[in-house]
Amino acid sequence: MTDLDVARPPRATAGNDAGAPTKAKPTRRSLFTRLRRDYPVLLLAIPGLLIILAFQYYPLLGNVIAFQDYQPYLGIDQSLWVGIENFRVLFDGDPEFLNAVKNTLILTAIQTIIVFPAPIVVAIVLHSLLSNRLRQFVQSVIYLPHFMSWVIVVAVFQQVLGGTGMINNWLRTHGYDPINVIGNVEAFRALLTAQVLWKDTGWATILFLAVLSQIDRALYEASAVDGATRWRQTWHVTLPGLRPIIILLLILKLGDSLTVGFEQIILQQQAVGADVSEVLDTYVYNNGIIGGNWGVAAAVGLAKSAVALALVLAANKVAHRFGEEGVYRG
Amino acid sequence: MTHTKVAPGKRPPAALAGGMPMPGWPERIGKAVFLTIICAFVVVPFIGVISTSLATPEEVTRAGGFVMLPTHGIDLGAYKSIFAGGTVTQALLVSCFITGVGTLLALLLTCTLGWALSRRGTVGNRKLLLLVLISLLFNPGLIPSYLVVQQFGLLDSLWAVIVPVCVSAFNVIVVRAYFVGLPDEIIDSARIDGASEWKLFWYIGLPLAKAVVAVIGLFYGVGYWNSFFNAMLYLNDSSQWPLQLVLRTYVVNGVEIGGQDLGVGSEALPPQTSIQMAILMISIVPILAVYPFIQRHFAKGVLTGAVKG
Repeated sequence: MTDLDVARPPRATAGNDAGAPTKAKPTRRSLFTRLRRDYPVLLLAIPGLLIILAFQYYPLLGNVIAFQDYQPYLGIDQSLWVGIENFRVLFDGDPEFLNAVKNTLILTAIQTIIVFPAPIVVAIVLHSLLSNRLRQFVQSVIYLPHFMSWVIVVAVFQQVLGGTGMINNWLRTHGYDPINVIGNVEAFRALLTAQVLWKDTGWATILFLAVLSQIDRALYEASAVDGATRWRQTWHVTLPGLRPIIILLLILKLGDSLTVGFEQIILQQQAVGADVSEVLDTYVYNNGIIGGNWGVAAAVGLAKSAVALALVLAANKVAHRFGEEGVYRG
Repeated sequence: MTHTKVAPGKRPPAALAGGMPMPGWPERIGKAVFLTIICAFVVVPFIGVISTSLATPEEVTRAGGFVMLPTHGIDLGAYKSIFAGGTVTQALLVSCFITGVGTLLALLLTCTLGWALSRRGTVGNRKLLLLVLISLLFNPGLIPSYLVVQQFGLLDSLWAVIVPVCVSAFNVIVVRAYFVGLPDEIIDSARIDGASEWKLFWYIGLPLAKAVVAVIGLFYGVGYWNSFFNAMLYLNDSSQWPLQLVLRTYVVNGVEIGGQDLGVGSEALPPQTSIQMAILMISIVPILAVYPFIQRHFAKGVLTGAVKG
């Protein structure tokens, strides 16, 4: 602790006395004195810490029901222990579970390929605008959907794309056949992707714009002197400037790769059925809280969290190997 | 500095974004089209929703549901009937309670914790900071979280929607980063004047962090206003439903909302679509109302956390 200088007594200068080195005196005050000094600060911290302990750390213990035949009326104390029985669903390849894994991975892949690059493109265009006012106006508009709940987003999409919605009304009055998007199994993934794009593309530009504004102007000037066109400048100056943040966000995304659109899907699952819409999170919800298979649901949830944590740690290692800073050092 | 692509005398190079050469016309038109399209994508659906909620019943019926621009005047019937009492008004009150109480509690706990963690050199400071940071790395999982809420006896109580999410570790880090950046001199001089820790926080730290607190307050507020899944999970009694659950039931799932639900005679009921859009509007309006005041602080608030944290 280097910040303790206030509390630290002057260090005894060693070597003045010939022979025996001075015994290192404890340089800190006792815990008790420090507690007495700092208790007002700690009092301020306690309520917030308690919430984090109660709702972030304490639930971790609840994961033991992954190894139980948990019965709500018996509670954790009295439910039977069944070892890894609940994890059978993972190993035996239960078709519903495999389906959920498949859908999750497909959606993650789509989002990485389509949703992830979208804000980068938008940010580069916005950054290249000469008018600050125009840029700020566009930003204010495209940030907005981020603050709408999934219920609102889904409702708005239904109104626009639904049977009596904006687009179908237009098609009908102009003599075309209406298109069924809502509740259409084949269009479901496209629909989810469109909703994510609509809701969060604008918001995601905020980080990229911040990084872009920090790119050294001299780089652009130097490349201009070398005769680089605007396109070449984007390729050789702008994109490399974004590289660290892109890698950072990809790592974070990897940690979330087993988490896709929970609320969004729960809201629309009824309309299309589980075949295309069941993902791991909805599997846990439908099996555990709706279906009462608490143990199995907890086992899937636990495995999912473990894999996610492992992915983040591994990705961070890889990033270090490539000389990037990653999420954290060490 | 010679900009190869700039026609001489057009504009001084200093005005160019980041030293880039002047864009040519094709590029400028392309960008204008691109930006217009993405803005229209955001704005047009909202206009449609507002229009449908305000259009006259005849026009809504004639259009078969959705109205893009009301050409036959404006009719407030849909709003009158949803505010006449019953389900929607009740849900609105619940949402206001959750949002108001939740945001205040969340801000208080987040800022006090952030402040305490910013006071370097106090007992266990680093360990506590680590405790908060590590919680960012994992997610306790749906089932265990549910069991904890159940165990605390919070099921079917609005507190189940408020308390579990009232301290976001990420926001704590954001506020802490801001407090750490405050000059020590201010705090030291206040302490010499005899200010207690609470007074330091309340009269010095908090007022100086106004912008960050406003942004975080917006995030919490929007989060509470939008709380849907936790409400669905923890609240079984439909009289406790916040607006988002009402919205899901009557708009997304398309359950017919009748005169009884609204507290009006069913003969006078405007078309379902108008009522649905009116409910949608009242869940959007509060966000639109606070948005302009706080959005200029966005970048600051978000970036303190992202860059320093």
